[in-house]
Amino acid sequence: MRIRFIPSLVILASLVFSSLAVAQNNQAKPGPGKEAKAASGPAPRHDISGTWEPANGPGDGIQANGVKAMPNDGKPEHQPPYSPYGLQVYKSHHALEGADAVLPGFYDDPRDKCEPLGFPRMNFYNLRETQILQNPYKIVMLYQYATTWRVIWTDGRALPKLVDGGVMVGNEVKEPRYYGYSVGKWTDDTTLVVDTIGMMGEDRVWLDTAGRPISDQLHVTETFHRVDQDHLDWSVTIDDPKMYTKPWVAMNKFPMRLENPHEDVMEQYCSPIEMEKYNKLFGDPSSAPTGKAPGK
Amino acid sequence: MIKRAIPILAVVTFLLSASIPLFAHHGTAAFDSDKKITLKGTVTEWFWSNPHCLLRFDVKDDNGHVTQWIGETQNPVTMVNGGWSKASIKTGDEVTVTLNPVKNGLPLGRIVTVLLPSGKTLDANAGIRNNVYK
Repeated sequence: MRIRFIPSLVILASLVFSSLAVAQNNQAKPGPGKEAKAASGPAPRHDISGTWEPANGPGDGIQANGVKAMPNDGKPEHQPPYSPYGLQVYKSHHALEGADAVLPGFYDDPRDKCEPLGFPRMNFYNLRETQILQNPYKIVMLYQYATTWRVIWTDGRALPKLVDGGVMVGNEVKEPRYYGYSVGKWTDDTTLVVDTIGMMGEDRVWLDTAGRPISDQLHVTETFHRVDQDHLDWSVTIDDPKMYTKPWVAMNKFPMRLENPHEDVMEQYCSPIEMEKYNKLFGDPSSAPTGKAPGK
Repeated sequence: MIKRAIPILAVVTFLLSASIPLFAHHGTAAFDSDKKITLKGTVTEWFWSNPHCLLRFDVKDDNGHVTQWIGETQNPVTMVNGGWSKASIKTGDEVTVTLNPVKNGLPLGRIVTVLLPSGKTLDANAGIRNNVYK
């Protein structure tokens, strides 16, 4: 609670500077660039700060066919354990990717209206360069896509409880959020476990680009394991009793690699104006019946 | 409508790109991924934007009839990783574009390569293929 009384500017400044200091100490890179690096050192204690990118290249984080560990490729082993209601909601979604993809022009992915992706979809769509800033109170994750951030509290507070209409924080009911309420705890020197609840319901957000659903009952558990100085494994488990009959793993030790601390992350926005132009010029006509643009 | 199919270039391009996974913003169902055509035209717009960059170019046939083609690439973040930029292509440039056309016959397609007036060829899949760490 006392954090509330510290001016937010001071918090932000301390996050930025402490993170930069740690990152520079860790890497000691003199200038910009993505040069090959020497063998990685040991993981620092209780520290996941830095600028990270999918270790297997940028294509690894796009996850166009759905979550990395369970792509929607039609294989039975990649079918999440839908509840009857979850399957019904999944079938009501018209995704542009995956085994049940529709043509451009017939989709209803909220992403394509430039709606917020929400959490945990931020982890499952265009997961690219991710800046992690850290101080004793919280960890802030800055995602490249849509220039979106989320806060993971590490100040010892309890995870809020789900209640009707949102979550209970202390004696106060707070609203559901696109990016939920996250609390992290170090389980050993190099492993951070993060629980998140209080996300938006199924009518506002999807789990992934293949149209898998989530509900307001979702509980996400993330495990960040800093393998060594330059490598971070990221796992995500989905527990949503409304949509799925049992918890399942959506991202399994997804490898991230530390970048040069001087890396200046490029913007990647969903602009409604650009999206409208794209759909008018290309998206809609490309899905039209043979030789005709939609509506003609 | 299709001006100049260059079979050899198409085969070579296919062989080079056949093993490259494509991670499009949208589904790939609209494209005839097995088909590649090559067109020469004049750029009317290079729209550097999300979710995909668009290259608009006019292609004139032997009778002087002009068809307005549009090719799409990946998004700017991916294209930058493959050596493309907002300044790579300019209005008025004479370019040779190889693309996977859409199935419905409209003059639209997914760009594979663009040969610039300078003689440099931009590879639309390089940004996906490139692993900056290897």
